[in-house]
Amino acid sequence: MIEAAIGKNFPPAEDSAGFELNVEFQAGPGITALYGPSGSGKTLTLDAIAGFIPPQTGRIQLNGQILFDAGTSVSIPPRNRACGYVFQNYALFPHMTVRQNLAFAANNLPRLERHRTIAELLERFHLTDLAGRKPRELSGGQKQRASIARALITQPKALLLDEPGRGLDGQLRAELYTTLLDLKTFAKIPILLVTHDTEECFALADNVLIYQTGRIVHRGSPLELLRNPGTADVATLLGDFTLFQAEVLTLDPSRQTSTLKMLGQEFNGPHLRGCFRGDRVTLCARPEELRIVDKPGDNRLRRSPLRITERPQAVRVDFNDGLIVDVPRDQWIGRPDEVWVDIPANALRQIKA
Amino acid sequence: MPHLDWFPLWLSLEVATIATILSAFAGIWLAWVLANRTFPGKDIVDALTALPLALPPTVLGYYLLTVIGRNSIIGHTWEAVTGSPLVFTPSAAVIAAMLHAIPLLVKSTRAALESIDHDFERAGRSLGASEWRIFWWISLPLAKRPVAAATALAFARCLGDFGATLMIAGDIPGRTQTVAVAVYDAVESGNTATARWLVLAISAITILLVFLSNRLERRRTA
Repeated sequence: MIEAAIGKNFPPAEDSAGFELNVEFQAGPGITALYGPSGSGKTLTLDAIAGFIPPQTGRIQLNGQILFDAGTSVSIPPRNRACGYVFQNYALFPHMTVRQNLAFAANNLPRLERHRTIAELLERFHLTDLAGRKPRELSGGQKQRASIARALITQPKALLLDEPGRGLDGQLRAELYTTLLDLKTFAKIPILLVTHDTEECFALADNVLIYQTGRIVHRGSPLELLRNPGTADVATLLGDFTLFQAEVLTLDPSRQTSTLKMLGQEFNGPHLRGCFRGDRVTLCARPEELRIVDKPGDNRLRRSPLRITERPQAVRVDFNDGLIVDVPRDQWIGRPDEVWVDIPANALRQIKA
Repeated sequence: MPHLDWFPLWLSLEVATIATILSAFAGIWLAWVLANRTFPGKDIVDALTALPLALPPTVLGYYLLTVIGRNSIIGHTWEAVTGSPLVFTPSAAVIAAMLHAIPLLVKSTRAALESIDHDFERAGRSLGASEWRIFWWISLPLAKRPVAAATALAFARCLGDFGATLMIAGDIPGRTQTVAVAVYDAVESGNTATARWLVLAISAITILLVFLSNRLERRRTA
């Protein structure tokens, strides 16, 4: 279990704007994704946990052991933190073979265990045949596996991965996901995964911390985040959401419904907690929860498709006003130029503007 | 070919070899300290290391005489332990040579160490390695070409030292007379044949060393 509260302030300098990192979170066994745009403080968080940069305030604990505490000026050096780190550029030592890279890491193990551990990890990560190669003779995916294997040699109590999927194509990405999901089942340690890729987040993470300008603005399991992105910013960051600005016309707490005015017409909406008549609210909906139908009716808008994009599982249709609908492929065929977009009341979720 | 005394050349090579080995240890250590550590007075140490490159050799020689002369603490202790003074011996020539070799080594080695991707060293630390192990297994092997290039250049610089060597090791033929001093001596006394051969020999060796140093340096950037 990682328990971290990290504060670090970078005052504005001549060539850079100021930045303040201020995050607090806990991460148990399994994969916790640190998700957010570049420059939001994700890698900085990893570096603080690994001990590469000292925070100014806060405290970092791993399995109850204090790694850093600003109050008492405790800071365990990186080599004693038992945090495996997989660098974005892999950082495999270029002058050593794969086996030597692993052996370097195995130096602190008892002599008898060294050889066995190295052989085991080479085997587990399908590197046995490549053990004699230098990093420059490996492909991106092989380097990736070698660097994860190397980090695991020391039997770390936590594993920190900095954008492992960056620059990998579809096939290698799939391999990486398999590797990491395997890792999750056999290592049973907290794994922090820095990423700015939504797909990676949803494919791998048990929990997601959403970073924005040095803060965690939202957290939850991937599904929870999809159900409730919380704020318009997070919805935009996760992508694909349609955002609606609406005015509350009526509220019926007994039937858990409301009526809303949005996009120039009236809609049935869900119950909106803490709202009054006349309030302006922001709502969002997932593209797969909206439907395209051929008849008018309640909660339906007449629209012409702006753009139609083929996707692996569905056809994505974009309309004006930022309306996005995913239609199962078999339902799309033969639709006319003008359609009715159905926005069910239970697809609408209130978020903060 | 007239009878030539090659002693100065052998002495110079011997002095330069010992001085380069000692300077390599001192210079690389100092470069590591300057590249990796912050401590009060670092700027002063940094400036002091570069000073021998800028000061006139005679001024350096003067300082050395003050520090290791027979009346100084170091000179006195040396004489008490070994039974003979330190100045005007081949050992003094080694010290004079080191004074020029160390700054060269520190400057290049430090630049080389600082240009290594820090992620390699961080990776080493996160894998539980001590700073000592990181230096010998990661930093130095990754910087070996520029360090070797600097060492070759430092050796050439040791071979050619004149001013400081003359002042603290003197010009004792067959004992402390190095090539640079012997050439000066030979020209002064009109012994042009000796001067010519020594000049040719030392030039050949130095050109080779500079060539080697450049090659080592170039292959790194290629």
